[in-house]
Amino acid sequence: MSFLPEALRLLREPLEERLRATTEADVSRVLGRERISENDFLALLSPAAGACLEALASRAKDLTERHFGRTISLFTPLYVSNHCANRCRYCGFAATNTIPRSKLTIAEVRAEGEAIAATGLRQILLLTGEAPHTAGVPYLEDCVRVLRPLFPSIAIEVFPMETKDYARLIQAGVDSLTVFQETYDPTLYADLHPAGPKRNYAFRLDTPQRGAEAGMRVVNIGALLGLTDWRRELFVTGLHAAWLQKNYPGVDVAMSLPRMRPHAGDFEPACVVSDRDLVQAMTALRLFLPRLSITISTRETSGFRDNILPLGVTRMSAGVSTAVGGHAKPAETGQFEISDGRSVAEVCRMLRAKGYQPVFKDWEPLEVSA
Amino acid sequence: MKQNDTFHIGGKALTSRLFTGTGKYGDDTLIPAVCAASGAQVITVALRRVDLDKKADNVMRHIPEHMVLLPNTSGARTADEAVRIARLARAMGCGDWIKIEIIADNRYLLPDGYETAKATEILATEGFVVLPYMNPDLYVARSLASAGAAAVMPLGAPIGTNRGLRTEEMIRILIEEMDLPVIVDAGIGAPSQACQAMEMGAAACLVNTAIATASDPLGMGRAFGQAVAAGRAAFLAGPGAVATLARPSSPLTGFLDEPGGAA
Repeated sequence: MSFLPEALRLLREPLEERLRATTEADVSRVLGRERISENDFLALLSPAAGACLEALASRAKDLTERHFGRTISLFTPLYVSNHCANRCRYCGFAATNTIPRSKLTIAEVRAEGEAIAATGLRQILLLTGEAPHTAGVPYLEDCVRVLRPLFPSIAIEVFPMETKDYARLIQAGVDSLTVFQETYDPTLYADLHPAGPKRNYAFRLDTPQRGAEAGMRVVNIGALLGLTDWRRELFVTGLHAAWLQKNYPGVDVAMSLPRMRPHAGDFEPACVVSDRDLVQAMTALRLFLPRLSITISTRETSGFRDNILPLGVTRMSAGVSTAVGGHAKPAETGQFEISDGRSVAEVCRMLRAKGYQPVFKDWEPLEVSA
Repeated sequence: MKQNDTFHIGGKALTSRLFTGTGKYGDDTLIPAVCAASGAQVITVALRRVDLDKKADNVMRHIPEHMVLLPNTSGARTADEAVRIARLARAMGCGDWIKIEIIADNRYLLPDGYETAKATEILATEGFVVLPYMNPDLYVARSLASAGAAAVMPLGAPIGTNRGLRTEEMIRILIEEMDLPVIVDAGIGAPSQACQAMEMGAAACLVNTAIATASDPLGMGRAFGQAVAAGRAAFLAGPGAVATLARPSSPLTGFLDEPGGAA
């Protein structure tokens, strides 16, 4: 079982034609429906639906409050290694970029964890580049073991693995997996990943399901918005999330909506995703998948993050450094530039001022039995 | 109306039949005021959200002392996980009451009856007061009763939907057939729906989303407290019979009662 045949089928579909053919009247009919089908979802992503943004936003706000309440789960990334064998054209960690490379010692990982825990956060996302020989499964297991006493929830965003390796990391204390397909277009994918293990489109596409099969509680997916037409990418990503929900009903499927940000390289986005586009993307997604967790990262500006908050967001990063060891010592070159540099305390103050409760802990690890 | 309509469960006597929750509030400091306004005496809390290491910012510190704490196993996907969460809750000082929630379907959040019965049996044996969240299915309810549940908690509609008593006929059967208290949990979105459940003879209602996400949680909590009490009073008062046909003032067979009208 794989999402690959579905992704390839969608590639052959004339989605752009269908998007262009959608009228405001079509969108109004969709907005009158309680259950949003795949075709309805496509209509909500159309240019015509852009004229109905307020109606989408209103319904997205209601659905989000009903299912998640006025709460926002907070986490921060912890970069432990920026060694990478890939040559992704859009990424600051690409092997071709001449940036200082480092990998934290386990003592340094502990120091980073302590610095993050001192801000009050209890959920972290552990990140590496793709260099399994340098920062592989045994290293990640060691990282998780020193971080577990500080954090009830540990997610990973590392290189794609086999199911048995995910099972090892779950045993060590990982509960969530993030993996971005970057683009669902195989031709563009090949162009953007000229060398390195990430070049294997199908292996990466099947990564979320290998994580689910291993027993991850949360599987977070996404496309890097800006690499190509965002409407098509968001549609296919949404269908991938729906496919995961259907086939792995016990897994909490989540999605991030990252837009391209400046980084250590000269890649220019092929498509500009405006604030208005991102609001349409998020609200359409919320209507299609009412229980989907949606993350907005510090790639976005503080003002935009504050305003988009009620429209579908359930998780936010805060107090972010995208550099290896950036929490406990002055930052080196990060993977990309962040836009919202507010501290955890500042983000919490903003949330409370807007009537939202920051949630620091949303899982109780079970290995400690009474 | 019955003067002393106390509700006994797990060895505790309760005068309020509204249970409430701690989830989905924009600000946990509202919880004590909502409890006071609604009159609720039992409150459920998801152990997954409790961080005992953070004394200053912990949902538990907002729960009034007089409330009966009903920790729940939210996040559990199997009986084994629910049992471990329940044991952790007891070890953390949350008492012996436990609401079993075992959900392995994240689209509709429907409870798994088989796993719920397994967890109930284990935890009841260990001395917990077990209140299982369930689909309103008579066979599942009977297996939960056999497993030692202190009550059954059927859903009115999927969690968080505010869709009301969509399972009314099934809940009615549980009320008729079960000796255990039937506490309607999940889906109730308006005080009128809680009132309806109580009029049907439910022992209590658990309401969280409809209160926590209301524009005025205090006002909504108060309304739910009044609705549950009104529904209970109506049930105790014994509603009059419901007729399917009107009773005409000039009955068609009235002539039979007239002198010389009947042979």
